[in-house]
Amino acid sequence: MQEMMIAKARELLKSGAVQRVLGWKAGEFAYDVEPAVFESAQELEKSFVYNDFCGSNLSKYLIAQSRKEGKTLVFLKPCDTYSFSQLLAEHRIVRENVYAIGIPCQGKTDGETLKGKGFTGILSAQCEGDTFTVHTLYGDKTAARADVLPERCLNCKSKKHMIYDELLGEDGEVLDSHRFDMVEKLEKMTPDERFAFWRGELSRCIRCNACRNVCPACTCEKCVFDNDASGIAQKAAADSFEENMFHIIRAFHVAGRCTDCGECSRVCPQNIPLHLLNRKFIKDINELYGAYQAGEDPDAKSPLTDYTMNDAEPGIVYHRGGNQ
Amino acid sequence: MKQLSLEKLNDLFALIGQTEALYLPVDDAAGQAAYRRWQPGYTLSKALNTVRSAKDFFFPQTENLVDFKMQGKSIEVIDPRTEQENFVLFGVRACDARSFSILDKVFLADPVDTYYQSRREHGTIVTLACTRPEETCFCTVFGIDPAEPAGDVSCWIEENTLFMKANTPKGDALLTLAAPLLSEGGDDAVAAQQAATRSVLARLPLAKLSLDGMGGESMLKLFDSDKWAELSQACIGCGTCTFVCPTCQCYDIKDFNTGDGVRRFRCWDSCMYSDFTRMAHGNPRLTQRERFRQRFMHKLVYFPANNHGEYGCVGCGRCLSKCPVSMNIVKVAKALEGEVK
Ligand code: SF4
Ligand code: SF4
Ligand code: SF4
Ligand code: SF4
Repeated sequence: MQEMMIAKARELLKSGAVQRVLGWKAGEFAYDVEPAVFESAQELEKSFVYNDFCGSNLSKYLIAQSRKEGKTLVFLKPCDTYSFSQLLAEHRIVRENVYAIGIPCQGKTDGETLKGKGFTGILSAQCEGDTFTVHTLYGDKTAARADVLPERCLNCKSKKHMIYDELLGEDGEVLDSHRFDMVEKLEKMTPDERFAFWRGELSRCIRCNACRNVCPACTCEKCVFDNDASGIAQKAAADSFEENMFHIIRAFHVAGRCTDCGECSRVCPQNIPLHLLNRKFIKDINELYGAYQAGEDPDAKSPLTDYTMNDAEPGIVYHRGGNQ
Repeated sequence: MKQLSLEKLNDLFALIGQTEALYLPVDDAAGQAAYRRWQPGYTLSKALNTVRSAKDFFFPQTENLVDFKMQGKSIEVIDPRTEQENFVLFGVRACDARSFSILDKVFLADPVDTYYQSRREHGTIVTLACTRPEETCFCTVFGIDPAEPAGDVSCWIEENTLFMKANTPKGDALLTLAAPLLSEGGDDAVAAQQAATRSVLARLPLAKLSLDGMGGESMLKLFDSDKWAELSQACIGCGTCTFVCPTCQCYDIKDFNTGDGVRRFRCWDSCMYSDFTRMAHGNPRLTQRERFRQRFMHKLVYFPANNHGEYGCVGCGRCLSKCPVSMNIVKVAKALEGEVK
C-alpha cells in the first residue's frame, strides 16, 4: 500500500494536479511516525510511510492546508473520512482545494500502546500478516495484532470511507462494534459510583490540552479556556471542580459533532478514557433522536442543531432516572 | 553501602512514613506510574519512570502566592504559606535528579524564589538506579549516569535486595533513621549491576546523539534556520511536552477573584501556548513556528549560553513518548545538527 500511495502522490505532484501531499513521515523509531507535508518526489521517497503506526488523523490539518495556494492531496483512513466530512459540513475546509484519497486500515497501534503491553526498549517493529514482531533491547517478542491494538481500533465502527475523490484498495463495511459496552456499564453504576469513576480518571488530568488541540471537532479560533476575557480561562485546573468543568464543557461542545475518531484518548498522556464521555452523548443522541452518526453524511442535519416536533422534551431527564 | 531485603521494603516505608511525608511512584488506574503519598498497602511501581516528573514536588503545577483581602479601604496582604513539612521523595531516577540542579539555577538565583527554596530545603531525595532503560532514554548524552544516580541517598534494587548509599548529610540522617532495618554490605552486587546497566546504556539508540554546535555560539544561525518551519508543521501547540518535562520551568501568575479579595497564584505555563508571554500588544511569537522554536532554543541554546554550557534537558525521553504528533527534542537536535556544521 505504501508504494502505491507514493506512486500516486508522485504522479499527482508531477502533473501539477496537487501542490502538496499530507501524509505520514517516518521517525527515529519504528513507531514515532509524524504527520507531515511533502512537496516533492524526493521528500516522498525519503520519508513517506504508511504502516501500522499511522494512527494520527490528518483531517484537522486540512483547515490550514486547504487555505494554501493550490491543491492538497490527503490520505484518509476510514475513520478519518468521518472527521473530514464533518469538517466540510461545518465549512471549515475549502473542499475545492483538497484531493482526498481513501486508504484501507487494519487498525493502528502506537508506541504507548506497545509499552503498555510490556514491550520496553523498542528498537524496531514489523507486522507480517497478523503477527507483530518487536525487536527490543531486551530480546525479541511477538504478539498478535489484536493484542496490541488500542481500544478505538478494537471497537472500530467502520472500515467504509464516507467521502473521497479516489480510493486505493478495497472499501470496507460499517461494522457492528461494541463501542457502547463500557458506556452501558457506566450507566448501570449508581450516581456515586459513576462520580467516583470520573473523579478518579479526571484527577490525573494535567491540562495539557492535547485532547482539545488534536480534536477535529475543536476548531474554535479561540477557545474559551484560552480567552482571558471569558472569565474561565485556565492554564491549570485550580480545583477538582474546574478539572471536571473543562472536560464536561468540551464534551458538550462537541456533542452531535464528535465522530468518535478516538484521537482524544490516543493523545492523552495520562490515558484518561475521554472517548467514553463523547460516546455517552452519541448513545444518548441515538436513543433520543434516532440513529445518527456525525460525519456520515455532510448534508444531514445534526439532531442537536435541528428542530422537529418529535424532539425529546427536557422532562426526559426525569423519565430516564435523573434527580428532580 | 547498606542493604535491606525487599521483603522488608514496606517496613522501611512505614518507618520513614511515620516520621516524614513519603512519596513514591505507584501504578495509577491506567497502569502508569505516578508519585503518591505512601500509605500501608502501596507498592513501589516497576515502571522505569513516572509520567509526571518529580519537579512537581518543588515546582507544583499550581501554587498560591499571596492573598489580598479587602475591607473598606484597607487591603490586608496575607502570605498563604503554612510551615513546609519535611518530606522524602523515593525512587527518583537519575534524569529527574539532575533536573533539580537545572531548576535550582533558575529558582535559586538572585532573587531567590523562596517558595521553591523552602521545598528544596525540606525535601530528601532518594534516587533509584535504572536497570532497563528505554530506547527513548538519552540521559548519558548529558553526562548523567543512571547506574550511579545522584540525590541525598542513592539506591539499587538487585534481585531481592535494596542497596542504599548516603551522599549528603540529609542522606546520612535518613539512613540513621532507617538503621534498625539495615545491614552493611552490597558493594559487589551493586558494581555487577552497574556494569550490566552500562552495557545496555552503550547500546541505546540515542546514546550517540550529538549536540555539537548547540549552545550560544551559533545562536542567530540556529534562530534563523529555515528548518523550524518544517519541524513545527505538525505541532498542535498542546503543551504536553512542556508539562511532562522535568526541566520546563515557565510559569504564569494570575489573579483569582475570591469575592472579598484576590488570590494570586502561579501555574505552569507553556511556550507552546498562544498567550505565552503575552503583552499589551499581543504574543511576541506570532505563529506556532516561533513558539515551537522557543522551547528548543531555550533548552539547547539559551540555557547553555547562560549556564556555562549546561543544557536545559536531561534526556528523560518523556517528550519523545508523549508528544501527540511524535515531534521532540531529539528530532530537532538532529535536524539542526546540519545547520551548524
Ligand atoms: S490530554 Fe489528557 S491530560 Fe491533557 S488535558 Fe486532555 S485529558 Fe487532560
Ligand atoms: S526536553 Fe524532553 S527529554 Fe529533555 S528533559 Fe524535557 S521531557 Fe525530558
Ligand atoms: S533517562 Fe536515564 S536516568 Fe532517566 S529513566 Fe532513562 S536511563 Fe534512567
Ligand atoms: S511538540 Fe508535541 S507535545 Fe509539544 S506542543 Fe507540539 S504537539 Fe504538543
